[in-house]
Amino acid sequence: MAESFRLPGRGRLAQARTARFTFDGKSYGGVAGDTLASALLANGVHLVGRSFKYHRPRGILSAGAEEPNALVGIHRDASRKTPNVRATVQELYDGLTAVSQNRWPSLGFDVGAVNDLASPFFSAGFYYKTFMWPKAAWKSLYEPFIRSAAGLGVAPDQSDPDHYAARFAHCEVLVLGGGAAGLAAALAAAESGLRVIICDEQAELGGSLRFESGAAIDGQNGWDWAQAAAARLAAMDNVRVLTRTTAFGYYLQNFVALAERVSDHLSSPGGLPRERLWQVRAKRVVLATGSIERHMVFPDNDRPGVMLASAARTYLNHYGVAVGKNVGVYTANDSAYAGAIDLKKAGVNVAAIVDLRDNPSGPMVDEARALGIEIHGGRGVVRVGGRLRVSSITVKPRTGGDGERTIAVDALLVSAGWTPSVHLFSQSRGKVTFNDEVKRFLPGTYAQDCISVGACNGTDGLAATIDEAYAAGAKAAREAGGKTGKAAKPKVEASESWSRGMLGAGPGAEAGTTVKAFVDFQNDVTAKDIRQAVREGMQSIEHVKRFTTNGMATDQGKTSNMHGLAIAAEELGKAVPEVGLTTFRAPYTPVTFGTIVGHARGKLFDPTRRTAMHGWAERHGAVFEDVGQWKRAWYFPQRGEDMHAAVNRECVTVRKSAGLFDASTLGKIEVVGPDAAAFMELMYTNPWQKLEAGRCRYGVMLREDGFIYDDGVVGRLAEDRFHVTTTTGGAARVMNHMEDYLQTEFPHLKVWLTSISEQWAVIAVQGPKSRDIIAPLVEGIDLSDEAMPHMSVREGRICGVPTRLFRMSFSGERGFEVNVPADYGEAVWEALWAQGRKHDACAYGTETMHVLRAEKGYIIVGQDTDGTVTPNDAGLDWAVGKKKTDFVGIRGLKRPDLVAEGRRQLVGLRTRHPDVVLEEGAQIVADPKLPVPMKMIGHVTSSYWSENCGRSIALALVEGGRKRMGETLYVPMPDRTIEVEVTGMVFFDEKGERLNG
Amino acid sequence: MKKYSVFAIAREAMRGHRGWEQQWTSPEPKAEYDVVIVGAGGHGLGTAYYLAKEHGITNVAVLEKGWLGGGNTGRNTTIIRSNYLYDESAGIYDHALKLWDGLSQDLNYNVMYSARGVMMLAHNVHDVQSLKRHVHANRLNGIDNEWLTPEQAKDYCPPLNISRDARYPVVGASLQRRGGTARHDAVAWGYARGASARGVHIIQNCEVTGIRRGPNGAVTGVETSRGFIGAKKIGVVAAGNTSVVMNMADVRMPLESYPLQALVSEPIKPVVPCVVMSNTVHAYISQSDKGELVIGAGTDQYYSYSQAGALHNLEHTLDAICEMFPVFTRMKMLRSWGGVVDVTPDRSPILAKTPVGGLYVNCGWGTGGFKATPGSAHVFAHTIARDEPHPINAPFTLDRFRTGRLIDEAAAAAVAH
Amino acid sequence: MLLIRCPYCEEERPEIEFRHAGEAHVARPTDIASISDEEFETFFFIRANTRGTVYERWRHVHGCARFFNAVRDSMSDRFIMTYKAGDPKPKKLPGV
Repeated sequence: MAESFRLPGRGRLAQARTARFTFDGKSYGGVAGDTLASALLANGVHLVGRSFKYHRPRGILSAGAEEPNALVGIHRDASRKTPNVRATVQELYDGLTAVSQNRWPSLGFDVGAVNDLASPFFSAGFYYKTFMWPKAAWKSLYEPFIRSAAGLGVAPDQSDPDHYAARFAHCEVLVLGGGAAGLAAALAAAESGLRVIICDEQAELGGSLRFESGAAIDGQNGWDWAQAAAARLAAMDNVRVLTRTTAFGYYLQNFVALAERVSDHLSSPGGLPRERLWQVRAKRVVLATGSIERHMVFPDNDRPGVMLASAARTYLNHYGVAVGKNVGVYTANDSAYAGAIDLKKAGVNVAAIVDLRDNPSGPMVDEARALGIEIHGGRGVVRVGGRLRVSSITVKPRTGGDGERTIAVDALLVSAGWTPSVHLFSQSRGKVTFNDEVKRFLPGTYAQDCISVGACNGTDGLAATIDEAYAAGAKAAREAGGKTGKAAKPKVEASESWSRGMLGAGPGAEAGTTVKAFVDFQNDVTAKDIRQAVREGMQSIEHVKRFTTNGMATDQGKTSNMHGLAIAAEELGKAVPEVGLTTFRAPYTPVTFGTIVGHARGKLFDPTRRTAMHGWAERHGAVFEDVGQWKRAWYFPQRGEDMHAAVNRECVTVRKSAGLFDASTLGKIEVVGPDAAAFMELMYTNPWQKLEAGRCRYGVMLREDGFIYDDGVVGRLAEDRFHVTTTTGGAARVMNHMEDYLQTEFPHLKVWLTSISEQWAVIAVQGPKSRDIIAPLVEGIDLSDEAMPHMSVREGRICGVPTRLFRMSFSGERGFEVNVPADYGEAVWEALWAQGRKHDACAYGTETMHVLRAEKGYIIVGQDTDGTVTPNDAGLDWAVGKKKTDFVGIRGLKRPDLVAEGRRQLVGLRTRHPDVVLEEGAQIVADPKLPVPMKMIGHVTSSYWSENCGRSIALALVEGGRKRMGETLYVPMPDRTIEVEVTGMVFFDEKGERLNG
Repeated sequence: MKKYSVFAIAREAMRGHRGWEQQWTSPEPKAEYDVVIVGAGGHGLGTAYYLAKEHGITNVAVLEKGWLGGGNTGRNTTIIRSNYLYDESAGIYDHALKLWDGLSQDLNYNVMYSARGVMMLAHNVHDVQSLKRHVHANRLNGIDNEWLTPEQAKDYCPPLNISRDARYPVVGASLQRRGGTARHDAVAWGYARGASARGVHIIQNCEVTGIRRGPNGAVTGVETSRGFIGAKKIGVVAAGNTSVVMNMADVRMPLESYPLQALVSEPIKPVVPCVVMSNTVHAYISQSDKGELVIGAGTDQYYSYSQAGALHNLEHTLDAICEMFPVFTRMKMLRSWGGVVDVTPDRSPILAKTPVGGLYVNCGWGTGGFKATPGSAHVFAHTIARDEPHPINAPFTLDRFRTGRLIDEAAAAAVAH
Repeated sequence: MLLIRCPYCEEERPEIEFRHAGEAHVARPTDIASISDEEFETFFFIRANTRGTVYERWRHVHGCARFFNAVRDSMSDRFIMTYKAGDPKPKKLPGV
């Protein structure tokens, strides 16, 4: 099909460079450099979407990011489907596939459009007032119906194969917006030699010069000047020019987030990322974000073919596309005249200019008149013919009365004036003020080191804009510490000048009318909806917005907010600023999750920590579990074993012979200094002063409120040196906790803390054969019970490398923990493993470690305690130094509720039937016959099958548990109630003889 | 108050919707009220509603420094659930859940309570222990909450990634089917309409600047930006600003106010059929009636009243969402915003009398207050009307930090709400 | 993302290098074991939570690892100054 609306020789695209694309399955031709919107228009296609609520047919309103209507799905392939893409932003590439949204069965015939007929019922907020009877129907009928009707595009259903990049950048001057203002500011700032970044959402810099055919700067047409200026900037070493890059968020301290669309415009992106997030910290920011044209609010103003005048100019002057063959113009300001003039000069018939102003005058009006265009001053458009495409407009005098006239058109250019884009200024926490004279919100009080220039600052006219922007760019550079020279400021030789416009509804859509005059196109918010909201008591603009959903669509109200505000103000009889302005929230335009997430996907979502012996475990078939960021070997199944069988075997082997366990993930902190013992006294409940060098002690750490925070075995290496271990999960917070107290509460103590978790790999060798296994490899340490009793630590060598050898046990067996420099971890493990094999030892994982320690009643902080447990609750009173006058938690422990009777205490549980293994987390009751809600007196914290005991074992927190020894309690499960007996916590080797066994 | 119904809509449709009355009125403040509520969010407006409806106290004003429902009520992610561990929490949140179910009919205002289920994911052994502890405790407390395998979780929420190759694979989940979402603005508006119809004065743009006390120390009224307003009793329901208001009566609070951010995506056709939360990868998601994905996570790290937060926190939140739902990387963030949440040391609320006569406080809901709105308002009205707590809020005292009788859900669940 | 000046490193660094550490100038009583329940509550739980100028602690955890104090406006999140742990609460604030 020929591009019948492409005008040969018009526009700036090389029309010979064609590209094919499809829309809803139909193939079309376009030109390289087109947007999807311009290519569709070139083919005479205006109908591209359906609205959210009424499924009204919709066309293309704009030529930019503010587009509310022309949203389509772009399907690159099955796994690259992107919903809600603005056709006005999507650049055409050869092979592009676009589909329309929110319609069934087709865009031209959409069953959902029945909503439009029923629209009198679907007024603003109607859903708050109905769907309540009968009550059950809400869930079964009404809500499913509402939800199935909601939404625009369809979410992707496959993983996204594209990748997203991220960059941080610093600069002295960041210029947001690459129109005339931004270019002038950047040119001035760049001269200083300081780092300058300029970004713009379009594919090329130039901004409104894209359509302003009347501009001339430095002897060139405005657009050509912009391209030359952009090229000059790009050639400078200190300047970075980012196109297709939207500044979407302005955060504290001049931290600005930019989204760069890297490859969505390419036919074959190759290895390029799809998008890139830039996070820029700038000394000074120049906001040159321009302004956005508003539509006119009149009945049926949403028909396809009705579009912003500046958009029609863009399509003509840049893309060489006529938006119709017989166009009308409806405006309340001068700028739309330029559209009529451009189109007329391009040979398009301009049927009429309808101007709401009574006696339009000025050079543009004169020029239009001179071209023979009919001008209907003091009149408004009160009706629109056509449904899938505008076919006529009916014009009436503004003040009423006779003189109604219908004019045939196939497109209607509209302009109610221009809204400064103060979004980013407002995000920077600057305060806008309303200028009543020009009816605009403009930057008022600044909160950060930034400055607004050009249209976004309310500056009208190209010459004034460039003056202002150039000065601001130079000033920003000077304030950032640079020197600016005397390079010539761009000289404006010709420009267009626009005057004001209007806010709110025009004739035919005044208060009292029931027509559909759209304020927010996408969300189908009409002028009458806003008035209704006000009548219903919504006095704040935030209420009006939320009640009507005005400004909450994907365009975030770029064209609708000011109209909505003006209509609400009129209905309230208040001035616009009294009604307020809704908050501008980031992002300026929607940003893909992928851009923000960047590389943090899949395996890179979070760092993975592996121990020095991880590879060995992997090679020996370990199954791993996630513990924080660590991967820990969970169990080592042998051929044919399930987890249960593997763990049983490992548990038995350790107690029979020995086992090797990777304990490297435990946190390790070295506490060093003349006051090390004094510091330890304060940080742990236990006494430390008298602990001899070479001995170890189990330490309990509390928070100031008296609850258990962490625990671990501490070895005293020397008078002034402790090797502290923490839980795996507690490593970082315990270090932080210690540093906090040392630096801020006890700075008088001469102590230094070093995290050594990463420095030492730890191999636990546990079991009766443990000494036999390590002995051949250890040098310089006497391993006899006399020389090295349980709970002692020695320094020496193993396999020729230094070791801190702990004699300690978390299994109840004779045991050692071999600390070696992490680099040697795997080699030492291999050597120990070779020794172990001689004694039929096994490698075991965390599950066996858990079972073995539970058999012995050793607790795990974080599993058997949960942040509400005191040492007494956990049966650890013995670890609290009774004579101590201070330690962290000493006072918290004494609070009334912490010493009250009936607290939950850790005990053991034995199920009546030894084969029944309780579920961890199961709740305990004293009387299972009580009705729900039942009084719960505790819960199971740890529970395992113990092959060594030949029965199940469990630990539990039970109210007054230690006074309940022998008592029968109950664990009600969904299908049965399990009887349990309260016991002590030690299930195996109650006397502890095996520690030396 | 004219009743809302499908017939009323039909009637209004015939006459251009010109006959709707104001949902609430905006009267001038009187010189004195029996009760002044400070803060017109859901909890405050609900308190006024129940004071009028259940206790016959209608000489009530709700004072709001901005616009009603403009604080955390209008800024949260609207998750509703009651599957809390401790009896005290389960009591108050399930009281709320029971009120949610029927609130639309009670208020004659459709708050769109959607019992679409709240699923909480387990990613490791510790999560399983913790979530199962909740499931068992809930069952014995009469609160629905069930355990799902990863496959069952995916059946319930098809876009969920349950691949074993995920960085933090899903190993199970709990599901409270009665949990879900509601339309936050409608809650504020419905309570405002119901309260206003019963004679309560809702006074917006009226900032409380002081609390006046009589010779016996009891409150006598509030200084406001619109002058002094007398009050026999004052209920402070000011969320993030509670410390500021309570300081006016010389009561210092165990509270810290943090920014909490949230975001929505562009609207899409239904894809996430329930609420999904994960404490371990740390984010939550649901889909609104309008089709937007509603996403949130934890607070920013520092004190703030600015109602704004930093991008890197949203980044972490979206990282987590794309870890659970890798198919969403091509979705777009439409809007992000921040609120100010007041957090107590044990992450549980305070709903209590205070040491000052006639002064009551309802605060400390942290990141999870929306779900409690009807229950909180209901028992707080009782507390004010009777000058003694309802049994349901009796444990949520101000002095529990002195005695140590904390209700520390976070200690068992690692991450808040 | 805030930019925070570490008084030890003497330079501004991004917020992700730091961890907030609560209200500043809340000293642990030296005789903590003998204080009353009310005094303990005040020390450990009660917080100023000021809307306006806040005195707070930060730790340059991914830098020099030192704790230090900051004065910040909790309305605008703007830092007024930072100073070393142990330094007295500033009597006069710059620019205030």
